[in-house]
Amino acid sequence: MTFEVLNMSLALPEMFMLAMACTILMVVAFLGKNSAKMAYILSQLTLAVTAILIYQSFGDSGVTFDGTYIKDAFSDVLKLAICIINIAVLLYSTSYLKDRDLFKGEYYVLAIFSTLGMMIMVSAAHFLTIYLGLELMSLCMYAMVAMHRDSMISTEAAMKYFILGALASGMLLYGMSIIYGVTGSLEIATIAETIQAGGLDNTVLSFGLVFLVIGIGFKLGAVPFHMWLPDVYHGAPTAVTLFIATAPKIAAFAMAIRLLVDGLGDVHQHWQGMLIMLSVLSMIVGNVIAIAQTNLKRMLAYSTISHIGFILLGILSGSQEGYAASMFYALVYSLMSLGAFGMIILMSRQGFEADNIDDYKGLSRRNPWFALMMLILMFSMAGIPPLVGFYAKLTVIKSIIDINLISVAIVAVLMSVIGAFYYLRMIKVMYFDKPIQQEELQAPTDMRVMMSVNGLTVLALGIFPGSLLAVCASVFS
Amino acid sequence: MFTDLPLLSLLIWLPVLGGIVVLINGDNNPWARPLSLLISIVTLVLSIGLYVGFDNATHQMQFAEQASWISTFNINYALGIDGFSMPLIILTSFSTVIVVVAGWEVIKDRVSQYMAAFLIMEGLMIAVFASLDAILFYVFFEAMLIPLFLVIGIWGGPNRVYATIKFFLYTLFGSVFLLLALLYLHHVSGSFSILDFHEVSLTLQEQTYLFLAFLIAFAVKVPMWPVHTWLPDAHVEAPTGGSVILAAITLKIGGYGLIRFALPITPDASMALDWLVISLSLIAVVYIGFVALAQSDLKKLIAYSSIAHMGFVTLGLFIVFRIFANTTDISGAVLAVEGAMVQMISHGFIAAAMFLSVGVLYDRMHTREISAYGGVINTMPIFGGFAVFFAMANAGLPGTSGFVGEFMVILAAFQANFWFAFLAATTLILGAAYTLWMVKRVMFGEIANDDVAQLTDLNRREFWMLASLAIIVLAIGLWPAPLTEVMHSSVEHLLSQVSQSKI
Repeated sequence: MTFEVLNMSLALPEMFMLAMACTILMVVAFLGKNSAKMAYILSQLTLAVTAILIYQSFGDSGVTFDGTYIKDAFSDVLKLAICIINIAVLLYSTSYLKDRDLFKGEYYVLAIFSTLGMMIMVSAAHFLTIYLGLELMSLCMYAMVAMHRDSMISTEAAMKYFILGALASGMLLYGMSIIYGVTGSLEIATIAETIQAGGLDNTVLSFGLVFLVIGIGFKLGAVPFHMWLPDVYHGAPTAVTLFIATAPKIAAFAMAIRLLVDGLGDVHQHWQGMLIMLSVLSMIVGNVIAIAQTNLKRMLAYSTISHIGFILLGILSGSQEGYAASMFYALVYSLMSLGAFGMIILMSRQGFEADNIDDYKGLSRRNPWFALMMLILMFSMAGIPPLVGFYAKLTVIKSIIDINLISVAIVAVLMSVIGAFYYLRMIKVMYFDKPIQQEELQAPTDMRVMMSVNGLTVLALGIFPGSLLAVCASVFS
Repeated sequence: MFTDLPLLSLLIWLPVLGGIVVLINGDNNPWARPLSLLISIVTLVLSIGLYVGFDNATHQMQFAEQASWISTFNINYALGIDGFSMPLIILTSFSTVIVVVAGWEVIKDRVSQYMAAFLIMEGLMIAVFASLDAILFYVFFEAMLIPLFLVIGIWGGPNRVYATIKFFLYTLFGSVFLLLALLYLHHVSGSFSILDFHEVSLTLQEQTYLFLAFLIAFAVKVPMWPVHTWLPDAHVEAPTGGSVILAAITLKIGGYGLIRFALPITPDASMALDWLVISLSLIAVVYIGFVALAQSDLKKLIAYSSIAHMGFVTLGLFIVFRIFANTTDISGAVLAVEGAMVQMISHGFIAAAMFLSVGVLYDRMHTREISAYGGVINTMPIFGGFAVFFAMANAGLPGTSGFVGEFMVILAAFQANFWFAFLAATTLILGAAYTLWMVKRVMFGEIANDDVAQLTDLNRREFWMLASLAIIVLAIGLWPAPLTEVMHSSVEHLLSQVSQSKI
């Protein structure tokens, strides 16, 4: 019997992050009430250094920790994106938290641990690793939603989130255990090999698959497993909504790819049909219900559901190109969502949430620059060129047409026309209506700069989408 | 000398970047107007360069440019023009100059944003006409909606929000089918180049679906009956500049799209479904003509007359199949397509002039109701002269450009089917009826009220704006050869593509 020396260097970013998370936890514990500022700086530092570590190790790949952890181009790109997005998230949320007496060290501890969970999910090569990462991420997020203890609506949202999240995790575990029963392994690569070799009981396998898909559907927020999403987005403090709405979607996307493509890619025909249902329903329900919303956070929640439908389109195509398209969509979606929720924070101030659509009336007169940024984000979400959201929709629809699912593609484009309506309404409110309030923006400079960078990135990627598309394509080839 | 420059790129990006500069300079900048005028005039001069350097003898794409844009999908920044796109580009750059001049004193609110929107739109529209890559075309085709959406929504009339959202969703609804068609063509041909699409062979069933997708996309733009209802709303609510661009250019993109995509890519389906387009076109000509007769709002009347005139464009493009069925002589078909093209260009100038004339009246009286006017020519004799001239051109008076296109199409229609020609020719009566009746009610007769009595005649800006349009309308009407010559070889090439089955 030989002992292999674990190749720890592959997981260096995660280990660094874990060490720092513990450090921040200690700092918060010892400094008590005054720790928030310190925790904030340390968290940003952690994310930045982790991002650099990931970037420096680009190109290395391998499996370590006894087949439970994988580092490949896919994980590198997604982890880098998660770190960068979370840097922006923390930057946006600071002033919001300060105004609402939520500026506490715990927020940052939870955020960093949650980020660690996402990174573990992205790098999982084993069902247990996926589950560990998922729970680490989710548990932190439940607590974050509930941070505003005195708010009824937040507490309700946290409760709902926790119960449904736990249910979803249960489903996922159940599915995993069935798959384990059929294939005799929890290691994703081994499962793939076993299925490829054939001779398995397909009925039981697809039975397990159903539960996996339900678990993924819950975590992504696909219809009919979307019920928690609008309530949580609406009920959580906006800073937390911002956190939940961005990077975790990338992690959930990675989980879907790891489970369905890496693990069960050979039974693609079994899960394709299920994903078509989820995707079409998500696009229809998300877009249609979003029209009826008057609260911007709820509207964006339903718009998220519809975007999830589009992300699923690429995965269900079952082609390398489709996976790359979905990945591109997931990254772009996080970027747009970051901007949109960031804008809500930017507009809000002490005692004023700025989460009603009417709060944006006449924004183009009060503040033309940020109205322009919001216009860019809204048109991008609607999928109008020359903004990056268009290429996201273009590539997923292309992957669907290439496998001749024309009818699904027709549903997708029709839904994007319906979806355009509520984004246009937002622009109408900002540009065509008269302002009802005249208060100046109170946002600090770093946030203003971040918002501008965010909006201009959406525009710049829309004019030159080639490099990001190439990165996504290279990951899957 | 012109062939050395990347002239098309200049024409696209000069107005776009210029528009951004104007925008950044802010609303209180006194330079916004002169700077915009300068940019639009330079663009116009550059676009004349296209005409000067254009080789009439070939149907090949000229002034071609190519660069890789999205290498993963082999999407290129590919530009080039032929006899169809070149006149439309010049029309675009000319109209933008007129729009900038028209908004000079009228627009007082957010001037730089207004000017910037039109400059950016100019670049995008030129890019639509010059794109040879399907995705590039689509990007500009859609992007163009954004500035127009804002122009109507910000500077429009009381019901502007309804009108602009309807306009946006209607056109978006049409164009998503275009996107599906383009992606499917890429799936079949493995390329996004429009010229490669022309070569790919398709079954009749595929062609039929593709053709219907193209038809939905471009019929909404043209607009053809029964998907025309956004146009009157958009025109009525849009500021004068918006109406001019809408009528002069964006409608032409519909006709151009049919020429560039539907006819050469799906010739067999176009032939099989020509009855559909021909009947819709004839309904537009006859029925919409009657609808126009019943309007009490000046802008609405002109909007409906636009739909009727665009009916000639689609009619001219699709009667070629009937002409081919009757005769082997190609000259009738050439006449039809050239007539459609001339009609597009001519309508661009005439409709622009009509909307500007309404704008002149509206700026003084703040109403577009025909009943509020009467005897205007007594107080505004110079304006009256122009208005009557443009009305005559709209009605198709020989000697004006309005006559040439309609006459060519009607003449060609005789070779297709007598009844097509007969119905198309009713426009000579209907067009004259609604236009001249409007002129009679607004211009002639007793001075209707005190407001009309106090009207002041054109100032120098308005005079030159209308005069330049009048000169062009007259020039094309008297001597259309310079226009038809540039498109001749492209038309013949199109007809050779159309007559070859792809099945």
